[in-house]
Amino acid sequence: MEMTDKPSLASLRRLLLEKQVTPVELVEMCAARAEKENPRLNALISWDKERALRAAQQADLSLPLGGLPIAIKDNICIAGEPTRCASRMLDSFVSPYDATAVRRLKAAGAIPFGRANMDEFAMGSSGENSAYGPTLNPADPSHVPGGSSSGSAAVVAAGIFPAALGSDTGGSVRQPASHCGVVGLKPTYGRISRYGLVAFASSLDQIGTMTNSVEDAALLLSVLAGHDPQDSTSSLEPVPDFAAGLRDGVRGLRIGVPKEYMSGGNAPEVADALQRAIRTLEEQGAEITEISLPHAEAAVASYYIIACAEASSNLARYDGIRYGFRDTSATDPDTLFSRSRAEGFGEEVKRRIILGTYVLSGGYYDAYYARAQKARALVAQDFAHAFESGVQLILGPVSPTPAPKIGARDLTPLQIYLADIYTIPANLAGLPAVSVPCPAAPPLPVGVQLLASHFEEPLLLRAAAALESAWS
Amino acid sequence: MEASSIDVAYIAELAKIELTDEEKSRFTRDLDQVLNYVAQLEKWDTEGVEPMYHPLPVFDALRSDIPGESLSNEDALRNAPMQEDGQFRVPKVVESAH
Repeated sequence: MEMTDKPSLASLRRLLLEKQVTPVELVEMCAARAEKENPRLNALISWDKERALRAAQQADLSLPLGGLPIAIKDNICIAGEPTRCASRMLDSFVSPYDATAVRRLKAAGAIPFGRANMDEFAMGSSGENSAYGPTLNPADPSHVPGGSSSGSAAVVAAGIFPAALGSDTGGSVRQPASHCGVVGLKPTYGRISRYGLVAFASSLDQIGTMTNSVEDAALLLSVLAGHDPQDSTSSLEPVPDFAAGLRDGVRGLRIGVPKEYMSGGNAPEVADALQRAIRTLEEQGAEITEISLPHAEAAVASYYIIACAEASSNLARYDGIRYGFRDTSATDPDTLFSRSRAEGFGEEVKRRIILGTYVLSGGYYDAYYARAQKARALVAQDFAHAFESGVQLILGPVSPTPAPKIGARDLTPLQIYLADIYTIPANLAGLPAVSVPCPAAPPLPVGVQLLASHFEEPLLLRAAAALESAWS
Repeated sequence: MEASSIDVAYIAELAKIELTDEEKSRFTRDLDQVLNYVAQLEKWDTEGVEPMYHPLPVFDALRSDIPGESLSNEDALRNAPMQEDGQFRVPKVVESAH
């Protein structure tokens, strides 16, 4: 059997059930593709073929994801495997337990296989901030794949694995999905347990999926979602079968397009993808209306204050003592902390910890942190008002441009942060959102983004599937 | 709020990260620019707006206080860069009493 270029979980599952391929052969094929493609793309930091083969030998095909190999971002813990967050700080860290998301994948028969490269501690939007070197875009290796879930998007786009887990704090699943041409889903905050996801900004972080189809995103979400006593912020909301109703179409749905998202700042390819999505959804019977999110401009400022503040607190745990990199020259604890953190963390991580520490420090807390939390409320209220006004979904771009060239280092950090303008709001408000690839002008893929109200993933995925099927 | 120049050296001490002089000047430049940008938050009317610390209202997220499975001493120490006698090894913390 030959695997297609970009296999879906659903198609591989059929082949497994029809015995056209065995789980062991599937792992062998993924490993062969990793060996062939990874030297070019650097999408995986490591992969343990022997371990995956042992799991494949015991795969239970009666389970929903039986025998399906899935790559895992390097910040999601797999028991007995390295979890490095693409940082020198955690270079030798071996996770003592499974993240709940990984435990659920295993319980559903899937084989977690391959540690996907990323921006260090999920801080970045190009995949270049990795202690293990940048990941390249499979569509055109002179371009970045986006980030921070750079490797997760690249392995799925390159057909090395049928699916991958990523994490999304300000767009880190949706933006690389858009840049690489795969489906990237960030569920509602709390849908998927964060237990075992290495914390960056706890009020924004959410595990998400990279797949080659909307149906696959629904399959994975059905397995991953649900309350977890280990994460007090995980939701008690009932978990539906997300794959049911996927083909129900968008006839009669009201979809809002924010006028603030149609600015002249969008690259022509991005504006074109958005127009195509509007036309396609209208042809399918949806009603498109212009809406306004008046506080859209406050999102980036609010986000970078909150995310960095939470990061400065979360990353305080890296002290060089309990785990992680340790400087051996220090003879007192303070020097041990300061030198271990100086050598263990990369530049962007240090920059964000400094910013976060500053906005939380005495005399500045009210001016920055408290104000940012109020602006966050305004951003969230804009969405609440839009959904109350009768739109059920919101359509917009994912990123203002297609994937930039590798090494565009002339940009300042602020310029890089500003490109997150369309993805950040879903994290601030906790909304589910998905990036769907548009059949745009080659060579670089461009996605469009759909957002829904809290826990409305069934509706979100239904509209995404309608776009996907019209465009295939 | 005044977009004053951030004292990176002082903040780095609070954050316990030793920075080189080059990093100090680069971060000062980068973060001044970011702080200038976020100063725009002043222009939004936040009078009477409740700060939003969490994306969803979570109530009663308590569970029964029953000890679950935990890591063994050995597993908890497995990633420690230095250990001795089943404990983390650290540099001397207190001065000797004499």
